[in-house]
Amino acid sequence: MRKSWWKILSFILLAYTIIGGFLLDVPRLPILNESIRNLYFHVCMWFGMMILFIISFIYSIKYLRTSNHRNDIFAANFAAVGSFFGVLGYATGTIWANYTWISDQNQSLASVLKEPKLIGAAIALLIYGAYFVLRGSLTDIDKRARVSAVYNIFAFAMLFPSIWIVPRLVGSLHPGAPGSDSGNPALNFNDIDSRLRIIFYPAIIGWTLLGVWIATIKIRLQLLKDKTLMNA
Amino acid sequence: MNNRILTLLKKDIVLELRQQHTFYGVLLYIASTIFVLFLSIDQPAANIWNGLFWVIQLFVCINTVAKSFLQESKGRMLYFYSVASPVEFIISKLLYNIILMIVMSIISLALFFIFLNNPVSNSLRFIGIVILGGASISMVFTLMSAIAGKAQQNAALIAILGFPVILPQLLLLMKLSKAAFAEVFKEGAVLQLASLIIGLDALVVVLAIILFPYLWKE
Repeated sequence: MRKSWWKILSFILLAYTIIGGFLLDVPRLPILNESIRNLYFHVCMWFGMMILFIISFIYSIKYLRTSNHRNDIFAANFAAVGSFFGVLGYATGTIWANYTWISDQNQSLASVLKEPKLIGAAIALLIYGAYFVLRGSLTDIDKRARVSAVYNIFAFAMLFPSIWIVPRLVGSLHPGAPGSDSGNPALNFNDIDSRLRIIFYPAIIGWTLLGVWIATIKIRLQLLKDKTLMNA
Repeated sequence: MNNRILTLLKKDIVLELRQQHTFYGVLLYIASTIFVLFLSIDQPAANIWNGLFWVIQLFVCINTVAKSFLQESKGRMLYFYSVASPVEFIISKLLYNIILMIVMSIISLALFFIFLNNPVSNSLRFIGIVILGGASISMVFTLMSAIAGKAQQNAALIAILGFPVILPQLLLLMKLSKAAFAEVFKEGAVLQLASLIIGLDALVVVLAIILFPYLWKE
């Protein structure tokens, strides 16, 4: 109980997100309408992905400092769950884009795909895809851990500007593009309605905790598999 | 330390001058690629010209920079290990690849001007952008080559590892080069883009210096 409080918290928050997210009142906005409820799912996936990638990045640094095999397993599994959240973010985003940009605003598919934020997310997924290819192509365990940690750190440092700086310089279909009054709509306290906020912020915490939970299960499985190896 | 970096740099340049077949091989690669482009499309519009130019730069860079770590045999690496520090080694490699890539970029730009049309209105500015771009692409691929050198099937791996990482810089470079195509930019936007690319380059150099020692020890 002492160690599993955050799992229970995650469950409660997600139950609240799903029940409250579908039943509570939301602001009526043109084009967005009821689809605004996707905020509790779509945006949270990206938050979850970014936080999991940051954790993976930290464990890669820890690996290079300590050469402890555990840290490598942590880094790889947090990156894997982070990529999974990225794919879910795309999946929830396509639903949203379908009902707002495509059917209501008549955007062409090409203009949706050229969205700077979509490109940033695609770069993130490609980088972590390359990370797993690199891991697969190295057979020696210590070498694999060291080389992939180096790539993880380098790639994450290059990913950061492409997600956080470049989209702010160019026009975007997403809210919060240059020219509109807000910077980042998710974190701007004036931009987001208080009715959304009471579900949105708990939802971010809930989804992120769920991601960490999945990662810890994967890590425990991997540690059990490598048990003989670690003791040797 | 500076002395040793210069010596390592000199060794790479002398090696390049002695084994001229690799240098001419890349030259032939550039010439034949652009010749194929010339045969397949004549008079491309400015934005297509720009896109083609940078994609060709990317492939030229993979071909030139890739070999910087792959050509070093295990025994030779061991020798460098005993005479130089990893920081000196990576700085000399970065410098050498920047020089090589700038030369290649300028040659391919000249061939683009000769074979395809010239949509660039401000040539001097575009040459500056090409030098900046060549330098930044080569720095990223130097580190990627060092990483891929540790794995098997490394030639294919460089492209897989490098493309996602180079994308943001490439997008910025393509945007910046539109400044030389008579496209009107907002006041200060060109400077902002250029400084962003230079900032990314500085980040790459710092990361290379921090991370390379971990790749180096075997």
